[in-house]
Amino acid sequence: MAKILMKGNEAIAEAALRAGGNNYFCYPITPQSEVAEYLAKRMPEVGGVFLQAESEVAVGNMLFGAAASGKRVFTTSSSPGISLMQESISYIAGAQLPCVLLNIMRGGPGLGGILPAQSDYFQATKGGGHGDYRLLVLAPSTIQEAVDLTMLAFHLSDKYRNPVMLIGDGMIGQMMEPVEFPEKYVEDELPGKDDWALTGAKDREKRIVKSLFLDPLALEINNHELYKKYELMKQNEARYECYKISAKNKVLIVSYGTMARICQTVIDELESEGVSVGLFRPISLFPFPEKELRKEILKKNVGTVLTVEMSMGQMVEDVEKVAAGAKPVKFFGRTGGIVPSPDEVKENIKEMIRQDAAPAKRTRKGK
Amino acid sequence: MANQATTIFTRPESLNEVVTHYCPGCTHGIIHRLVAESLDELQLRDKTVGVAPVGCSVLIYNYFNCDFLEAPHGRAPALATGFKRLRPDMIVFTYQGDGDLASIGMGEIVHAANRGEKITVIFVNNAIYGMTGGQMAPTTLPGQITTTSPAGRDTASAGHPIRMSELLATLRTPSYIERVSVHSPQHIIQAKRAIKKAFTYQSQDRCFSLVEVVSTCPTNWGMSPTDSTKWLEDNLLAYYKLGLYSEPDDEEDS
Ligand SMILES: Cc1ncc(C[n+]2csc(CCOP(=O)(O)OP(=O)(O)O)c2C)c(N)n1
Ligand code: SF4
Repeated sequence: MAKILMKGNEAIAEAALRAGGNNYFCYPITPQSEVAEYLAKRMPEVGGVFLQAESEVAVGNMLFGAAASGKRVFTTSSSPGISLMQESISYIAGAQLPCVLLNIMRGGPGLGGILPAQSDYFQATKGGGHGDYRLLVLAPSTIQEAVDLTMLAFHLSDKYRNPVMLIGDGMIGQMMEPVEFPEKYVEDELPGKDDWALTGAKDREKRIVKSLFLDPLALEINNHELYKKYELMKQNEARYECYKISAKNKVLIVSYGTMARICQTVIDELESEGVSVGLFRPISLFPFPEKELRKEILKKNVGTVLTVEMSMGQMVEDVEKVAAGAKPVKFFGRTGGIVPSPDEVKENIKEMIRQDAAPAKRTRKGK
Repeated sequence: MANQATTIFTRPESLNEVVTHYCPGCTHGIIHRLVAESLDELQLRDKTVGVAPVGCSVLIYNYFNCDFLEAPHGRAPALATGFKRLRPDMIVFTYQGDGDLASIGMGEIVHAANRGEKITVIFVNNAIYGMTGGQMAPTTLPGQITTTSPAGRDTASAGHPIRMSELLATLRTPSYIERVSVHSPQHIIQAKRAIKKAFTYQSQDRCFSLVEVVSTCPTNWGMSPTDSTKWLEDNLLAYYKLGLYSEPDDEEDS
């Protein structure tokens, strides 16, 4: 299929439809309302369900009910709306149902602003709702990747019977880029849904979809079952990309989403100035590609690891955990809706290299 | 001819043969039976999904012999909406208490009714939070003593009890809304008729349907079951008038 120029939000909407995500519930919020506007037109054409709900609380719970039917369901929102969905996300994870959620992140906390940010990393990867649960979290850095990961998200959520969240900053939603959709979405075979979807107790025992286990032992067993799934995700679903990683790298940048793209520009410019920097870009934020990142960090030539985010520093905590003191981990970020410019990042890196090269200052005692 | 036994009363197929956890004299059990009989008689059981609330009836999914979803507190109408929109060929009902429906779930029920979701809501109003130990509900009567209104509900600070059937009947979207009670055999017969009618409307894809059942909570009212029935009749029914509040044909077609 030929490439077409599309806005991120619309490309994601179309990708969902192509992956069979024909059931969509939403509540308007900037900067992702175009998804709903696009689907309001497209959904009747494909005979799917489009419903604008009264709140994100309702959206999340409609997803919960709809997911129990076994059909592919999804929603899209932005930070404050995703906060309101945390109740249902916890229930959906507990009841082991598949669904796909997209968070086009904006600056927070509170009403914050409407410009791009990456400050919902903790909420997405550490669990914004109550209880021991995890979401599978994917972070695209181009519109094409947003398309590919949206389609993959439906597959993975069915595979693990777990909610999958895509997180992108406002740039991913608003930017226009050429994208290509596969002729037909081909996916690996998935386990059937006949043993859990609610279809009516006709010629079979009744079925209950629930997250309530009043017996503490039963609840503990459910938690262990969930954690077995999360372990499987860790083994099979860690995704990442490396850019210009070489034995000459002095600095290793770790960055995701739009920020990682800006870092690529920085790396190209620094290269022409004779400074070698590599980029490790996590694509799955949960599972975090720990083993793979650790391998890069431990390479002899790497002096410093720099995490760059559009936040006050959230993913950096996972990077520090992976580095485990083997190398210094530094952080650079802007937030509030400010996207750091390549020059800013570049200056930061140069300064870092200068500091690393300077002999350690001695502090004199007295005069 | 003589001595030939005919069965005239059995457990509905829609109910499982299990012991419920409800307190003695609690009316949840009667209401369960009326719902189950209706599903049986309309032959809907094997294409029905129930949505359980958070409240004393949270374990309703153990008592019914049909598929069930268990919702977060107050959100049953949103779950029911999601499911029903994807499976309009199936029957979906929620079963909710007054704390669940009229307090935390006020938004979900009003909008489900207003969208005219083709679901049936069984709304059990016992004027108190049963499961959490007898706190004030939005439906608690003025002056009624509860654990969080020990001096009686003060309308100056807590407002007046919300009449949900009346409130929902103000919506222009066609609906079937009736308030019934189960405190006497005669009222039980009327309640059954209303519940069956609600499911009939749903199976005809006609409209949103809600049956409010004025109910008792002997445990948290601190009364015997018989005193509870009397108190319901003298106090609750004076404020929550039984009757039909909305029929789909009432609305102008436009
Ligand atoms: C979000 C949330 N808040 C509070 C609770 C605690 N809670 C459980 S049941 C209940 C009230 C139920 O009362 P009602 O709906 O009147 O039903 P009843 O128990 O009287 O049948 C509350 C507040 C909860 N489970 N979830
Ligand atoms: S606490 Fe009240 S509502 Fe709950 S089971 Fe007992 S009597 Fe029924």
